[in-house]
Amino acid sequence: MAENTADTPVAGGTKKAGLLNRFDNPWMNWKFLTGAGIIGLIFFLIFLGNQFWDTELALAGASPLNMPPVGFTNWRNQEGIPEHPLGTENSGRDMLALLIVGTPRTIGVGAIAASVGMGVGIILGFLAGFVGGWVDDVIRLATDVTITIPSLLVLIVIQAVLPRIDLVTMALLISMFAWATPTRYIRAQVLSMRESGYVQMARLSGVPTRDIMYREIMPNLLPYLAASYIGNMTGAILSAVGLELLGFGPQRIPSLGVTIFWSIEAAALLRNMWWWWGIPTVILAVVFIALLLINLGLDEIANPRLRKAN
Amino acid sequence: MGSFSLNYLLRRLLVFFLTVWVAATLIFIIPRLAPGDPIQAMIARMTQFEGYVENADLIIEAWRKRFGLDDPIHVQYLRFLGNTLRLDLGYSMANFPATVYELVGRALPWTIGLVGIATIIFFTVGNLCGALLAWYRTPRWLKVMIPISMTFTSVPPALFSLLLVYIFGFLIKINERPLFPQVGAYARGMTPEFTLEFFSSVLYHGFLPAMSIVLVTFGFWALGMRGMMVTIEGEDYMILAQAKGLKPFYVLYRYMIRNAILPQMTALAVSIGTLINGSVLVEIMFVYNGMGSLIYSGIANQDFGLIQGTSFILIVTSALAVLIIDLTYPLIDPRISLEGR
Repeated sequence: MAENTADTPVAGGTKKAGLLNRFDNPWMNWKFLTGAGIIGLIFFLIFLGNQFWDTELALAGASPLNMPPVGFTNWRNQEGIPEHPLGTENSGRDMLALLIVGTPRTIGVGAIAASVGMGVGIILGFLAGFVGGWVDDVIRLATDVTITIPSLLVLIVIQAVLPRIDLVTMALLISMFAWATPTRYIRAQVLSMRESGYVQMARLSGVPTRDIMYREIMPNLLPYLAASYIGNMTGAILSAVGLELLGFGPQRIPSLGVTIFWSIEAAALLRNMWWWWGIPTVILAVVFIALLLINLGLDEIANPRLRKAN
Repeated sequence: MGSFSLNYLLRRLLVFFLTVWVAATLIFIIPRLAPGDPIQAMIARMTQFEGYVENADLIIEAWRKRFGLDDPIHVQYLRFLGNTLRLDLGYSMANFPATVYELVGRALPWTIGLVGIATIIFFTVGNLCGALLAWYRTPRWLKVMIPISMTFTSVPPALFSLLLVYIFGFLIKINERPLFPQVGAYARGMTPEFTLEFFSSVLYHGFLPAMSIVLVTFGFWALGMRGMMVTIEGEDYMILAQAKGLKPFYVLYRYMIRNAILPQMTALAVSIGTLINGSVLVEIMFVYNGMGSLIYSGIANQDFGLIQGTSFILIVTSALAVLIIDLTYPLIDPRISLEGR
C-alpha cells in the first residue's frame, strides 16, 4: 500500500484526464470561468496601465485639481480633458493612475492576509481533526472565540495606537483573525474524510500520520481549500477596505479604500464628484463579485450535489 | 421542544466568557505595546491633533489614578478586569466629564435596533428566496429573478451604502428635496420621544442604512438555503412525504424549510462578527447615531478611551447575540439534546 501513497498525485492526474473526455468537466462551470476571467482581465488591464500610463500621476499635485472624466463637466463647468480620461481629485491625483496603482495594492493585502490565514488554518484544522482530544478542544475554543469577535473593532483599537502602518503590516494584522474560518472548515472536512475507506486503508498499512494528512487527504481537499482561500481573501479585503474607510492606511500612494475615504472627507458626494468615489467603489464591487463567482464555482466543483441543482 | 444538554450549555457559556475575557485582555494589552507611557502618549497625540487639550492635567490625574500606572502590571490588569466587569469604562477624553458608559448607553440602542431589524429582514427574505429557488413548484420567472437580485452579494455594505446615498439621497429628487435623507437617525432638531412623528422619522432615516445591509446580505443566505434544500430534496423522507400525498406547501414548510433552516441558524451565529463589522461602517457612512459613529468620532478626536470602550461593548454585544442564537438553537432542533454535543 506504500505505492498507493506514492501514486496519489498521479491518481489525481488520471482523474483529471478522464474528466476531460466527458462533457461535464466540473471546472468548466460558467461561474468559475467568469469570475476567473474578470480577475484575469483586471490584472491584464493593470499590466497594460503600468506599461502605457504614467503612474507618477497618482501622487498628490501631479495634475490639475477636480477635473471630471472625458465627456462630463464638473460644477465649475470645466470639461474633461484627454490627459486625464477618468478625471482627477482635489489634491491633483489622476484617477486612472490611482486605479492602476491602488487596485493591485488592495487585492494584494487580501492575498497576503488570506495566505497567512490559510497556512495557519491548514495546520490547525488538520491537527484538530486528526489528533483530537484536548488539542481539538483547545483549537475549537480558540476558533469559536475568534469568530465571535468582530475583527474590525480590534483592528481599530490596534490602529488607533499605531496609526501609520504600511500595507504588509496591515495584512499581517488582519491575518490574526483570518485563520479561524479556514480552521473550522478544514477541521470539519478532515473529520469526515478521516473515516473514509482509503484513509482507513492507509492507516492499516502503517502509513505515517503526516503522510496520511498531507499526501492522502490534502489532495482530495484541494477544491475545498481553494474555495476557502477565495472566501478568506474576500474577508481580508473587506477588513482592509473597512480600515481604510476609517482613514487608516497608506497616505502617499493610496489604495482604493483610502481614495474613497478622502472623497468622503472632502464631501465629494455633495460636490457631485461621482468619479472620485464612484469609480473605485465600482472596481471594488467588481472584484468582490468576481471573487464570489470563483468561490461559488469552486463550491460546485467540490460538491457534486450543488452541481445537480443546475 | 428539546431541553438543553448540560454539556452544550456549558460549552456555549464558556465561549461567551472566554470571548469577553479575550476582548478585555486585548484592550488592556494593545495600548501598552506602544512605546512610552500610554496616557502621556495619548495626551501628546491629542495635543498634536487639536492644538491644545482642555483639562489636560485633570485628565492625566484621573487616568493615572484609575489605572494606578505605578502599580505592578498584574495589579493593573486585575484592576482593569474588575473595572471592565462593572462596565466602568473610564472617561471619554474628548468630552471629558462624560464617561464612556454614558455615551455608549446612548448609542447602543440605535445600533441594536438597526442591525436587529436588518438581520430579521435579510434572514427571512434570504431563506425564503433560497427555499423558493430550490422548490420544484416555484414559478420559472421567480427562479430567474432571484439570482439576478443576488448579484450584489459580497459587495461590502459600506460601499453599497455610498451608492444608495448617491442615488436616493442625491440624484433622485422630488420637489427639489432628496427622496431619502443622507445622514442622521432622525430629523435634525427633533428630540427622542415616544410620538408617532418621531417614530416615523426614525423609520424614514433608517430605511437606507437598513437596506444597504439587507440588499448585500440576503443573497448569501439564499445561496446557503438553496444548497441545503437541494440536499434535503434527495432524502428518503421526501419521497415518503410525497407518496403520502401531503400538500406541497405542507411538505415545503414542515419537511424542507424546517430541516434546512437548522444549519442556517448556526451560520447566523458564525456571521454575527462580520455583520457588526459591516454595520459599524454603514453607520459611519450615514452618520447614524450609533456605535459606529461613536467609534469614528473617537478616531477623529484621538479619543482612545472612547475607541476602547465602544469596541469592547460591541464585542460583548456580538458575543451575547451569538450566545442567544446558540441557546435558542436547541428549541428548533430537538436532536441536539439527545446527541449531547
